[in-house]
Amino acid sequence: MKVEVERAEEVVTNIKTGADLLVDALAEQEIDTLFGYPGGAVLPIYDALYRNELSFKHILCRHEQGLIHAAEGYARVSGKTGVVIATSGPGATNLITGITDAMMDSLPVVIFTGQVATKVIGTDAFQEADVIGLTTPITKHNYQVTDVKDLKRIVKEAFHIASTGRPGPVVVDIPKNISEAKVEMDYPDDFYLKGYQPTTTPNPLQINRLMDALELAERPVVLTGAGVQFAKATGELKKFVEKYDLPVVSTLLGLGAFDANHKNFLGMAGMHGTYTANMAIHEADLLINIGARFDDRLTGKISDFAPHAKIAHIDIDPAEIGKNVETQIPVVADAKEALTLMNESSAKTSFADSWHALVQANKKEYPLWYDNSKALLSPQKFIEDIYLATKGQAIVTTDVGQHQMWSAQFYKFKDPNHFVTSGGLGTMGFGLPAAIGAQLAFPEKTVVAIVGDGGFQMTMQELATLKQYNLPVKVVILNNEALGMVRQWQEEFYDERYSESLMQTNPDFVKLGESFGIKSYRFTNEGEVSEELESALTSDEPILIDARVEKLDLVSPMVPAGKGNHEMIGVKKCKE
Amino acid sequence: MQRIITLTVQNSSGVLNRVTGMLSKRGFNIESITVGSTDQEGISKMTIVVEMTDDKSAEQLTKQLHKQIDVLKVNDITDSKIVARELALIKVGASNTNRGEIQSIIEPFRARVLDVARNSLIIEVTGKTDKVNALIELLEPYGIKDLSRTGVTAFRRGQQKNVQDIKTLSV
Repeated sequence: MKVEVERAEEVVTNIKTGADLLVDALAEQEIDTLFGYPGGAVLPIYDALYRNELSFKHILCRHEQGLIHAAEGYARVSGKTGVVIATSGPGATNLITGITDAMMDSLPVVIFTGQVATKVIGTDAFQEADVIGLTTPITKHNYQVTDVKDLKRIVKEAFHIASTGRPGPVVVDIPKNISEAKVEMDYPDDFYLKGYQPTTTPNPLQINRLMDALELAERPVVLTGAGVQFAKATGELKKFVEKYDLPVVSTLLGLGAFDANHKNFLGMAGMHGTYTANMAIHEADLLINIGARFDDRLTGKISDFAPHAKIAHIDIDPAEIGKNVETQIPVVADAKEALTLMNESSAKTSFADSWHALVQANKKEYPLWYDNSKALLSPQKFIEDIYLATKGQAIVTTDVGQHQMWSAQFYKFKDPNHFVTSGGLGTMGFGLPAAIGAQLAFPEKTVVAIVGDGGFQMTMQELATLKQYNLPVKVVILNNEALGMVRQWQEEFYDERYSESLMQTNPDFVKLGESFGIKSYRFTNEGEVSEELESALTSDEPILIDARVEKLDLVSPMVPAGKGNHEMIGVKKCKE
Repeated sequence: MQRIITLTVQNSSGVLNRVTGMLSKRGFNIESITVGSTDQEGISKMTIVVEMTDDKSAEQLTKQLHKQIDVLKVNDITDSKIVARELALIKVGASNTNRGEIQSIIEPFRARVLDVARNSLIIEVTGKTDKVNALIELLEPYGIKDLSRTGVTAFRRGQQKNVQDIKTLSV
């Protein structure tokens, strides 16, 4: 009897399971944060997380959508790969929105999903879902582990694929019998991906063509996208812009790649961009796109986009070049490598002072504007107040909609990786969980989640996560009791037929925050703001602010859908 | 305009789904797709025939295919000298009186009769899509009871000269 007990102990200490291999593999990737939610098919993995001494922390969100957005926020600000684990079936399907979001915005995330045991796959087993089938169109790559021997190699490949080239999400589906499988040795994890060798070094001939075009250009403009930030090329970009004294416009996701307070910065371009930025693109004879993908919110009507310009496009993804806009100078490269080479060039530009004079005059005459004469708070002014109170140094996350556009317009981002927003997919409910991820990546920084009252209610359960880990995220709800952007379009294009866009029954957000144990404020007019905003935003605990903003305010200016960027409405000339 | 694209792929379980999923996601219309193993273990070859409107979308398609991790090689061979073949099995109505007639129709196509029944014949034909179409058209009056086509599989020829002159060349 005694002998048997001893043997049992020996077995426990020596034999590992597939789940232990997974934990080892995660430690080898030097991850520091794992966003996870347990469930049936991942029980062996959660047991391994319990048994092993972990070199990383596990963050339990309150919904799988929270996990994936938190991992996206973490990846966006840190440049490191976000890691998620969820169970099979509903756990996996709840991740779908976030995986798609990460795919659209090129965020490096590795997602582990549990799966039913291999022998019951295909039998509609309890909590079975075809994760591979579901995630194939929304991932950079995906794997189902069918042999525990492959597990560590697949994990290594997944991190490599997610974080290199154009980053993106990779799903690893792990059946329960694989994570339960007993293993007695480490299996080799070397890999070579013959079909995946991203180009990062530019073709010098194309760089020469680009610099030749710059020498000849009379009205050049630089367009910066998220690619500059992924490539950590903001220093090189600044050098390039200053060396040749070029005007700069940005995409939504490019904000922060170039200091918004710099004299050469003309603002965001596109649907809710500045008049100056859009007119610069419209008038330009050379447009140098660095790491942006010519998204339709930027271009407006394609046939009217940059009609006089020769297009140069630097992108690490060759499929983006020429996809939407015909390109004369294609440069497949990492933005940093391309800019480094461009900075070494001795091109002599000769464009006229009149070009600078024109864009600077536009910048002065047609600034962004708002009306803060109403009784309730002006949302734009409130964002400016947040900007001032945080000295422009906060990480700002948003959902999608009016508050997102106002944040992009009025929070002047000067540093890279400080704006975390759902750009391509436009996901409501993104801001709060993304802020959780961002705060975990940078515990010392001020992180402000600016959200609308609609989007907040899609993921507000994550207030519990804030409280549990005492993350000092500042949740600012720009509460206009409406789905503001939907309402704006209904006002402008559907004759004010506000179909289901008015949120007449909102919870009391202050009481709601307090019920989670989070200190909560309500601001309804400017007098209250000046007193308390700064102390709220500099507090070292989580804070919720219900900001009652003007209900019928519009995001201006605007390029109506289907129009060219030069056909903006809502542009106001500044009175001297 | 039809384009013929050949792919060399890792023979992983999800690769076909990934390729066809990408095509449908990006709005490409697949005319035919064939997949088969090669002499190298774990490597398969696919031939896709896609209907598209312009050269720009052809370029976009090859780029998107190339992005797939399990796709090792992409060749748009439409404008090369190629051999392209497909196989069709045709079950056609036939009686004692017209069996000989059908035989004489299929002979110039180098098609073969695989099965003879009291009131039908099964015919195998291999060739370019046009040739297969032509034979099917000729057999239609006899009543086609069943038809199964493999879709095109294709190769570049060994010699590639004067590509501009001849778009496709096939014996």
